[in-house]
Amino acid sequence: MSTPLLQLIDVSKHFTLHNQGGATLRVLDHANLSVDSGECVILQAPSGMGKSTLLKLIYASYRASSGRICVRDSAGETVDVTTASAQTLVRLRRESMAYVSQFLRVIPRVSALDLIAEPLIDSVDSDDAVKCAHDAAKALLSRLSIPERLWHLPPATFSGGEQQRINIARSLIKPKALVLLDEPTASLDRANTGVVVQLIDEARAQGSAIVGVFHDSEVGASVATRYVNVADFRGSV
Amino acid sequence: MSAPLLQVRDVSKRFGDQLALHSTSFDLWPGEILAVVGESGSGKTTLLNLIAARLRSDSGSVHFDTRDQGLQDVFKMTQAEQRLLARTDWGFVHQHAADGLRMDVSAGANVGERLMGLGERHYGRLRAAATHWLQRVEIDPSRIDDAPRNFSGGMRQRLQIARNLVTKPRLVFMDEPTSGLDVSVQARLLDLLRQLTRQMQLAAVIVTHDLAVARLLSQRMMVMQKGVVVEAGLTDQVLDDPQHAYTQLLVSSVLQP
Amino acid sequence: MSQQTIEVHPMPLTTPQESRVAEMSALDGEFNFAYLDERTKRMIRRALLKAVAIPGYQVPFGSREMPLPYGWGTGGIQVTASVIGPNDVLKVIDQGSDDTVNAVNIRRFFERTTAVRTTTATLEATLIQTRHRIPETPLQEGQVLIYQVPVPEPMQRLEPREAETRMLHGLAEYGLMHVKLYEDIARYGHIATTYDYPVLVNDRYIMSPSPIPKFDNPKMHMNPALQLFGAGREKRIYAVPPYTKVESLGFEDHPFEVQRWDAACALCGAEDSFLDEIVTDDAGGRMHVCSDSHYCETRQQAQAAISSPVEAP
Repeated sequence: MSTPLLQLIDVSKHFTLHNQGGATLRVLDHANLSVDSGECVILQAPSGMGKSTLLKLIYASYRASSGRICVRDSAGETVDVTTASAQTLVRLRRESMAYVSQFLRVIPRVSALDLIAEPLIDSVDSDDAVKCAHDAAKALLSRLSIPERLWHLPPATFSGGEQQRINIARSLIKPKALVLLDEPTASLDRANTGVVVQLIDEARAQGSAIVGVFHDSEVGASVATRYVNVADFRGSV
Repeated sequence: MSAPLLQVRDVSKRFGDQLALHSTSFDLWPGEILAVVGESGSGKTTLLNLIAARLRSDSGSVHFDTRDQGLQDVFKMTQAEQRLLARTDWGFVHQHAADGLRMDVSAGANVGERLMGLGERHYGRLRAAATHWLQRVEIDPSRIDDAPRNFSGGMRQRLQIARNLVTKPRLVFMDEPTSGLDVSVQARLLDLLRQLTRQMQLAAVIVTHDLAVARLLSQRMMVMQKGVVVEAGLTDQVLDDPQHAYTQLLVSSVLQP
Repeated sequence: MSQQTIEVHPMPLTTPQESRVAEMSALDGEFNFAYLDERTKRMIRRALLKAVAIPGYQVPFGSREMPLPYGWGTGGIQVTASVIGPNDVLKVIDQGSDDTVNAVNIRRFFERTTAVRTTTATLEATLIQTRHRIPETPLQEGQVLIYQVPVPEPMQRLEPREAETRMLHGLAEYGLMHVKLYEDIARYGHIATTYDYPVLVNDRYIMSPSPIPKFDNPKMHMNPALQLFGAGREKRIYAVPPYTKVESLGFEDHPFEVQRWDAACALCGAEDSFLDEIVTDDAGGRMHVCSDSHYCETRQQAQAAISSPVEAP
């Protein structure tokens, strides 16, 4: 393996709050991190120390103040997400990078099944592709023990735990080289958490690199191959 | 991903002493949805009208990747060419359905008009196309002979979309397509737009003041204030990590339900 | 019309020929020949020339106040007044008839202001001013048919903005016209427009043929006569030159068709003419007669001549 799948080089992030007198919040300073395929890196630190921020920087939802964040895409090219064009980022996310947030962003009227199948259908719209995607989505819904009567309903009225499972299924249905997990099991019971742990292990076994934040340290321990303390990225303030 | 579908360079507009739009440039790629947000008077609708060649720009160029002749400067086209483009490969969805529909003409004829303009002279085929498109925008085909004057606001907006999409355009301009609709009606329209843009690989420029609409539909976003684009980027970048003071104000002003 | 209110004198800048015309106009009081002053006639003739040069195109002109109200043929009268000369023979019809109020009054107007010969015989006339019909007898080269037009813009009902319709004409964007026909079929199962049926002139301009029945539309096509159209209130003139293509719009699966009747004319027996239905009593009795009165009379006379033996020489 020549270059790591994910590499953060001297990444800093601070927020300038223009509407609060221009106050500056320094969250990360000179963060350096490399993650390879098949690794599962768990970020540790007390809350508010920038674990989520780091994940969002990698996913390019947040813009780094300085430094480089390099991700190897499905074609083997290295993309610096801090400078990549919007088109490149959209493609990178579609093909190579998943982000599982704590909350499901509900889309009105779209059923749980369609929502989960969507990443597999994306641009191809043949009947075969739709059927395959639906079959895969159903399998995932079963594993996550979502009752079948809910499959064809939009998840807006689902419980928090159910929504979170839909969100996980939607994010993991398409295998991706880099998976970012932001407290994906926060409101799940033990049995369902176990299924998620399995899914993560499977993804890793298929060669995905995983970077995650887990509220529950026991869950983190069961998937981790390595720990990184984000507090180390706070610089010498 | 070969080339941008639309290349906007240095368009600007002055109304008398008022500079409505400072020099603005951006690219739009095939299948990409770009949201333009900002409060009223920020120049977003002016920008939309300039790039759709509905208003003459004081400067710059707009190149569109035409089906037949590749990249062409829309501003240099004859009016006839511009209008042909506007009713074939482009669509324009107005905020007020009455601006985009013939309110006293049946729904079927509203959908069929573009086809008739392109020389379709077979009533049966026009009828079939209209039926198909009414179904796609979830209007009961039995309403095909009713005039949109008798339709609800949501139906009118959906009919307007069908009327635009019947020629399978590759680019649609939308000016506040969901404002003025009830929230439940809005949700249905948004979902429909989302589906259609995905299925048809439509590129779109959507002007809206509603950040939730932008979040749901668009991959990319431009924030405008006083005729200037103050911030642009991926939609989640702009909304989750706003850099400019105005964007921060805009994002923090939205009520989270 | 009181004469003292209108004092139109010949304009000082007139050609000798026009002066002669002016002299002849001393027919009925103080009027210039054919009522309009020479400058106005020249303006209208210029508009007519342009109209002939661009078949089907609506040319704006400075429509004058005429001594009768809009809707009574002020456009047609101004066109007639501008082209009529002392040697012309004039026929005026209204709904095909020479003796309805409108026709009688317009004919008398020109008799008084020009003293030209008038006729009811279609082939004798050099100028025929018409409201809502084309004569049944085919016209010939050299004849001029002048239509009175209430609404010159065929798309007006669907697109009331004039700037927009002019643009549509300019760019030949005519989808809208078929929208109108589509609406007919959707509503009635067939194209229900029976009069003022839109036509495409010379493969370029969509034109309103004025409210003639669509029965008459085919007569406009390749007609040897010059056809002029005047809309007084809307201030528009347009024309179809002799032998010009005039195509009635339609759909492939709903083509243009003319009306047919199961009846024949009750007076002359004609089966090929446009028939008016006339209610004859309170009991629902009715009959069909030719709308073209001269055509009908000619046929009746011919039949009478055959049936009553001619005196031996």
